Parts: sequence; structure tokens; C-alpha cells
Amino acid sequence: MNHLPLIIKREYLTKVKNKSFIIMTFLSPIIMIALFAVVAYLSQLNNNTERTISILDESGFVSEIFESTENTTYIILNNISLSDAKALVEENEEYGLLHISSGKDISEIEKTIKFYSEDTPSLVLITSLESKLENKLSDLKLQQIGVDIEKIKTSKSNIDIAQESFQGEKSSKIDNIVKLAFGGFAGYLLFMFIIIYGNMIMRSVIEEKTSRIIEIIISSVKPIQLMLGKIIGTSLAGITQFVIWVILGGVLMLIISAIFGINMAEMQSPQQEMMQQAMQSPETQMQMENVMAAIYNLPLTNLTIAFLLFFIGGYLLYSSMYAAIGAAVDNETDTQQFMMPILVPLILAVYVGIFTVIEDPHGTVSTVFSFIPLTSPVVMLMRIPFGVPIWQQLISLGLLIATFMFTVWFAAKIYRVGILMYGKKPSYKDIYKWLKY
Amino acid sequence: MKNALETNSVSKNFGDFTALNNVSITVPKGSIFGLLGPNGAGKTTLIRIINQITLPDSGSILLDGEPLQPNHIKDIGYLPEERGLYKTMKVGEQVLYLSQLKGLSKAEVKKRLNHWFEKFEIRDWWNKKIQELSKGMAQKIQFIVTVLHQPKLLIFDEPFSGFDPINANLIKDEILQLREEGATVIFATHRMESVEEMCDDIALIHESNKLLEGKLIDIKRQYKTNTFEVGLITDNEPQLMHIIKSKFDVSPAVFKSLNTDLKLNIRLKDNESSNELLAFLMSNAQVNHFNELVPSVNDIFIQTVKNS
Repeated sequence: MNHLPLIIKREYLTKVKNKSFIIMTFLSPIIMIALFAVVAYLSQLNNNTERTISILDESGFVSEIFESTENTTYIILNNISLSDAKALVEENEEYGLLHISSGKDISEIEKTIKFYSEDTPSLVLITSLESKLENKLSDLKLQQIGVDIEKIKTSKSNIDIAQESFQGEKSSKIDNIVKLAFGGFAGYLLFMFIIIYGNMIMRSVIEEKTSRIIEIIISSVKPIQLMLGKIIGTSLAGITQFVIWVILGGVLMLIISAIFGINMAEMQSPQQEMMQQAMQSPETQMQMENVMAAIYNLPLTNLTIAFLLFFIGGYLLYSSMYAAIGAAVDNETDTQQFMMPILVPLILAVYVGIFTVIEDPHGTVSTVFSFIPLTSPVVMLMRIPFGVPIWQQLISLGLLIATFMFTVWFAAKIYRVGILMYGKKPSYKDIYKWLKY
Repeated sequence: MKNALETNSVSKNFGDFTALNNVSITVPKGSIFGLLGPNGAGKTTLIRIINQITLPDSGSILLDGEPLQPNHIKDIGYLPEERGLYKTMKVGEQVLYLSQLKGLSKAEVKKRLNHWFEKFEIRDWWNKKIQELSKGMAQKIQFIVTVLHQPKLLIFDEPFSGFDPINANLIKDEILQLREEGATVIFATHRMESVEEMCDDIALIHESNKLLEGKLIDIKRQYKTNTFEVGLITDNEPQLMHIIKSKFDVSPAVFKSLNTDLKLNIRLKDNESSNELLAFLMSNAQVNHFNELVPSVNDIFIQTVKNS
């Protein structure tokens, strides 16, 4: 008798109907987005404060570079001593005073620039002042030694090395970044999925043990059927939750960004000014186009198929381990000692993936790790956007499937014995013995 | 076939530990069979093997004359000692699920379940969650789950633990009723009262070996000591005592009585009959208590375990 569909159905429905699951499903994206919105709102609030800054320029070189904006007003002070200026600024409760003293030459002036203020000034503001001054003074210096600034500007070159494989496939730095983002996202998604839903499977096995129903169930179905039913049912519930998250998150993001998009135009804090300038430059627009092109250039079919296969393979591999752990212990606190063999390769995979794939997607380390079954799903998913030969993918997948079969067999053995063991906290030695029962 | 279940030389080891050593039992069809043994004797292991939860290392099992196979699951109803239900699932859904696993159709489950709900007067329980029920109430549901698919063989592991006397009685009557309807019942227990009351056949397992098996009545005959408990009324106790001692094997007895002077257990030799004893006693004193001591299952149990 094949009870698998019945078990899957029950596992799925119990998970999906569970109150905390429903709440988590609908609340998490709202909480995440709300958190986002609050942070965005708060930083906007922070930047909206209007500042007045007085400038006492005794050198007479730089005062013209300070143009007032909506949030920052610059007042140029003339014919006033430093101490008077300080008193004036303090009296008017202005944000601060920038003092540029006169000097023999620019090098001397440079060293005497000071900012006076009541409190420690904002880092963003100081950085912005510094960059303004640096630009102007560098120009002045160049002029003094008789260099034509226009010539320098025209002589600046901007290099973007065009990349092309021997087969004639074009790529670029942007391409690489896009690939890295895609691979990283896929790998990280798998990582999160394993941790969240693997734990859920483990808890559900433990629940069956602690509620003592396991022996009743196991007198009707084979343990391996129960285990697989649990894994598949929980995974389907997980996918349901994930899809709802993505849809809900997407919709909310759209709404929020619509609201904040309008605000963005109204905001004129130093960062936004800089960002807007950057956005308007033709260079950035070119880059945006490149990003789109890079996405189109990805091996999308391969990516999708490989993503599905490695995702499923990797997830099943780890979740059967979680199920075995759940069967071995009596309560969740006892699971700690057995979590290491799961978490170590998983975390290793993510870090190896991130660091070595950036360095060299086809280097020895990343290639080797994309073959080792416990790390291969994550690392291979990160590598694939960079173009991995099909034979490598197939070997890695074959190894993964073989290991998965072995792990399921292994987990089923532990499961079969473990679910009927009560009251004793097992050690690795005990579990080794169970394999021989 | 006369036998509902036969196990032939079933052995099972867990590592170095022997749980069952060549255990053979025969459960006649339509009987209530008591599987007795102290804790850890191997009863549960044997039951798990019959339920195909655990595989035996060696030996064979015949159910209704056929070697045990996976589709026999639907012919067996099993109430384990460690029992429970999904706490957050509703009663109805739960029974539906568990019975579907035994191969019943949805409609059939609903029909039969209604019958049982009527019987136990729990009609409005369908939508209750198990965690809202008391332990005794949950046990009723477990009992229903065990018998709903009308198995030919019912196995109860310590069935009365956790039941209050009223519910225990209810369940006992249901078990007897099921036997009337043709089911065979196996009881695994170390509580002797219920065995005494209900079982036709027993087997005793101790330290993974079967020590004893047979019809309860035969075993009792085998273990009977030809001892009679007597209560006598007399004026001269020492003298009477002296007379009896000279003729019979005597030991003091303990029982409740209102006006007895002398309470004795008298053991007869093989050539002596109870009538001779009674005639002798009546000629010497007034007899107000005369009772053959039938060995209780408890005595047999303790004696056999001790002797092994």
C-alpha cells in the first residue's frame, strides 16, 4: 500500500493550517517592509534638518564654491575677526563655522582649515566639505604651477576593459557583478531554505515522538515512507510560504517605493544630492543598460534547470539529515550536539562560495567545493552564472544524487530505530550501534 | 486454520543484547491470549515484530496460516503501550487519517466512526482537538482507532494503564464483544487481575525466553498444589491442632472470617481426596470454611520467574 500521498497531504495541511505558520507567512513580509520603511523614514527625518553654516574665508580662494541648497544654507562672512565670527555663529545658533585662514600659499592654507561647532559635526557633512575644498584647492595648485585645468580634464581617461572569451562571448565587469549577484542569491536562498524548513521537519519528527503517536503510525506505514512524506509535505508548505512572501513582499515593496519615490525627489540631503547627480550622468545610464544586457546574457535556461535540480537535491540531502536528528532525540534541546555536522558544511559552503567565487569562479577551491556533495548545491549554484561546463554540472549532480540516496538510507536507518527510542539522550556511539540493528 | 497467529523460533538481538531468544507462541483463533512477562522481558519487541515494525533476526511468523507480509497490516489492530495522538489535530481528521493509513475509505471511516461515537456517547467530538481532551477521553479515541478497521487480530499492550475503572470496564466489555464477533485478542501485560479475568490462553516470557504457554485452566491445574483452606470452630484448639498435624501437612492460613478459631492450609498427598479430609475435619470440629486453593496467575508468574 502506498500511503505517501496521504502522509504528504497531512503534513502539508497540518503545517499550512497551523496558526503560527499563517501568522508568520503574512506578518513576516509586513514586518520586514515596515522595518525598512521605518529606517528609511527615520534617516530621512534626520537628513531633513536644515543647517546653516557660516564660512569665514580669509584667503578669498574658496568662498564661491559653497552654494546653498534646501537643507544647507551657507553664509559667507566678510571683514570679521575669527573670535567675532565664532561668537556670532554661536549666538545665531547656527550649525557651525568653517574657517579658512589666509596664508602665504595654498599648502599653508590647507593646514589651517578648521570647523567650529557646538557638537561634533556629522561625518557626512565634514566629508562633503572636505571634498569640495580638496577639489578647489587642487585646481588652484595646478593653476599656480601653470597647468591648464581644461587640458587636464580632457586628458583624463576612463578605462573599462572589454572582455571576450575565445568563443567570442562578450562580458564585462558589470556582467560579473550581475552573475555574482544571481549566484549569490541562489546559493543564499538554498541556505536559508535548508535552515528554516529543515528545522521544521526536525521539529515535526520530534513532535511525533513526544506525543507518542509514532508507534501507532509506524504500525501502518513504513518508516521511510513516513520520513519522505514528512520531508516532501513540509517542503511544499515551505514553498507555499516562500511564494507568498515573494508576492506579498513584492507588492508591498512596490507600494512603499511608490510612496518613498515621491519623497526622494523632495529630499535634498547631501547624500541624495550626490546620488542624483550620479544618476543623471550619462555614465550611470550606460551602466544600467549594461546591467540589463548582462542579465539577458546569463545562461538563463541552464541557470533555471540547474537551480531547480541542485536546490531540490541539496534540500533533500540536508532535510533527511534533519529528520534523522529529530528521530534520534527526545526534545529540541538535545539536538544541539547533532547540529554541527549539518551547519559546518552548510556555512562553509556559503563562505567558500562567496569568497572564492568572487576571486575566481573556476579556480581550484571553488571547483572542488562545487563537487563535494555537502557543499556542492550552494557553491555550484554560485558558479553556474559564470558558465560551468555541462559535464561538470552533471558529475556534481550525480555525486549529489548518490549522496542523497545514501543519506536517505542512512537517515532512514537512524529514523527507524530512533523513533521508537524514548527517554534516553543518545550519543554518536549509540547512533552508530543503531545502524547495525 | 485453527490458529490466528503462530511465531516459530523468533529471535531478535539489539547489538549485544538479546531481546528474544527462539520464542514460539501459538494463538488460537477466537481466543484472548495473555502475553505475560516482567518489564523488559521482550513482550513489546515480539509485538513489534508481529506488527512488522521491527524485523526478526530469525524465525517465522504465520498470520492465519500465511507468512506475515505487508498487506497484513490492515488485518491487525495495535494499541501500543506508548500511545498518543497528534495534539493539534481534530479528533475526526485524526481518526480519518489513521484509518485511511489502514486502508479504509473516507466514507467507510465516517460511517463506522459515527457508530462508535454513538456507542461511547461522544457525538460532538469530531471537531475537538486532542489537546482539549482529558487523558481518558483521548484513550477512548485511541481504542476506536485500533478497532475501526475491524482487524482479525487485536493487540493491546498494557491496555488498561491510564484508564479509570469505569472506562477500563467499558473497554473490557468492548474487547469481549469484539471477541464474540470473531476477533482474536492478544494482551501484553504484567497486571495479573485482568489476565485472570479475561484470558483463555497465556504465554509467559522472561528474560527473552518463553517459559510457559498453554490454556490458562491447564496451567492452573498443572500448578495446583492440592491445598485446601479450612476454617474450624472448636473449644480445644491445641488438641485439634495436634490431631490434624499428626495426619496432614499443615500450615497457617490467612483469610477473613467472623467466628473462626483455627485457620489452616492443609495440603493433601496424591492418594488423599478432599472428601476424606472434609469427613475427618467434620468428625473433629465444626467446619465453616472449606476452599480449594487455586493458584493465581500472579503466583504462577512469580513462581515461574523465580524458578527460571
